[in-house]
Amino acid sequence: MAKRIEVENLDAYYGSFKAVAGVSLVVEPRTVTAFIGPSGCGKSTVLRTLNRMHEVIPGAYATGKVELDGVDLYGAGVDPVAVRRLVGMVFQRPNPFPSMSIYDNVSSGLKLNGERNKKTLDEAVESSLISSNLWNEVKDRLKKAGTSLSGGQQQRLCIARAIAVKPDVILMDEPCSALDPISTLAIEDLIGELKEQYTVVIVTHNMQQASRVSDRTAFFNLEAQGLPGRLVEIDDTETIFSNPNKKATEDYITGRFG
Amino acid sequence: MSSVTQTSLQAPRGTRRLTDGLVRGLVYLSAVIAIVPLVWILVSIASKGLPVILNVDWWTKDLAGTTDRRAGGGALHAIIGTLEIGIITAAIAVPIAILGAIFLIEYARGTKIARGVSFMVDILSGIPSIVAALFVFAFLITILGMGRSAIAAAISLMLLMLPTVLRSTEEMLKLVPDSLREASYALGIPKWKTITTIVIPTAFSGIATGVVLGLARVMGETAPLLILVAYARNLYLSPTSNAMGTLPTMINTGRDVAETLVGYDRVWGAALTLILLVMGLNLLARWIAHASRLKDR
Repeated sequence: MAKRIEVENLDAYYGSFKAVAGVSLVVEPRTVTAFIGPSGCGKSTVLRTLNRMHEVIPGAYATGKVELDGVDLYGAGVDPVAVRRLVGMVFQRPNPFPSMSIYDNVSSGLKLNGERNKKTLDEAVESSLISSNLWNEVKDRLKKAGTSLSGGQQQRLCIARAIAVKPDVILMDEPCSALDPISTLAIEDLIGELKEQYTVVIVTHNMQQASRVSDRTAFFNLEAQGLPGRLVEIDDTETIFSNPNKKATEDYITGRFG
Repeated sequence: MSSVTQTSLQAPRGTRRLTDGLVRGLVYLSAVIAIVPLVWILVSIASKGLPVILNVDWWTKDLAGTTDRRAGGGALHAIIGTLEIGIITAAIAVPIAILGAIFLIEYARGTKIARGVSFMVDILSGIPSIVAALFVFAFLITILGMGRSAIAAAISLMLLMLPTVLRSTEEMLKLVPDSLREASYALGIPKWKTITTIVIPTAFSGIATGVVLGLARVMGETAPLLILVAYARNLYLSPTSNAMGTLPTMINTGRDVAETLVGYDRVWGAALTLILLVMGLNLLARWIAHASRLKDR
């Protein structure tokens, strides 16, 4: 559970376009690390390289090292499918499987990876929904469609689905940007609880959110349109928001650009 | 800007009103012209065919031992033949079409191969049924030396059904949002399982509808049946037999029978039966779409 991520000299491409260059950073276990920066700076791209989801897009690839507790995820013979079982992901828009019930959505990762035991599945569904603070709202209607829930509930369902396979790391790509303030609060509380067991990396456009939920913050920027995005600095969230090392970070935080 | 007065708000008069009436009349007339032949065909076939098919024998007996002059018998041989050839056609066409669509959308999307295959499918969908029939005749019968058979007819119908089902399946797979595929990959679910358990079930309703509509379309095709299998008045079940009755060929064989004979009535009966069959398939397609649609239960 909860592993350390070490990124070393990572470049990410979309075809011939270099989207991210020279990113090196460390994510400590049982912490929440926030990626912030203006649109197009590559923060989501970096996030997606952490579980090899980046390469799902045709033509996209990455070079460099991403180590999970010392094992290079881009090493020879590494199966991206196996990587994704260790590093789960929650997306910007809630995306429950429309053909499945709430129960089936949460258990889908386990079931499709071969788990048949009904009792194991029942327990995993219950504990995942409890962890995602959704159990009390849905326990009487587990057979209903996942898409019958509200947007905020759907996002918590997706979080339950991601933690049901017991990953070591959970990546969140702007998980609250499609939600109302109350649902956002529920997810933020949940992120605070998740870090007791998991390593969490979250991309957010909302700087208040980054300062509320994260222990460490990484600021990404790009010098100009068409140039690759770069990591400007990563530090404790408090330092980044009160006394950053780089001028660009301060300008962004104080709203001078971006 | 002119001020609003009682006259400026009045309904148009004169030429403007006349033009409006004229165009309106033209539009209504066009609609009527389009609908009249359809209703005419349906009414005349129903009125002449209904007395023939409202008879238990029509659905339970073949034409063995009857002639165009001697009454009795039914269309069982042709109904079974049409259904059997339809089922064989679907059994060959549907797996190829669905797997082909999966290849084009899930594996080769945007590649040169996909564009090439897509282009060929477009060409295939434009092939007249008689050309498909002659191709199968030339290949199976002239070159390979096989005889005419129900299977040969089914193979040529398959060539006609394949592109329509492939196209409709493709469209349905395209409608499945990529976010669902990504959600599945992010759970560590391999691609093939993502396709079989997430993508296909999400698109199932549309795929099934496309299959049934594709089947309905080929069931009324006549040219392949005329060329590739002999018409039989008796019920033959074996798909390899060189003769099998079908509704389109039953209609064809009776078309020059004199109006006063019972064989003439059977043509109308067969036509109505075929229409009912195709209509039934269309209703089935609508029902499948309704029953299997994803709902917020």
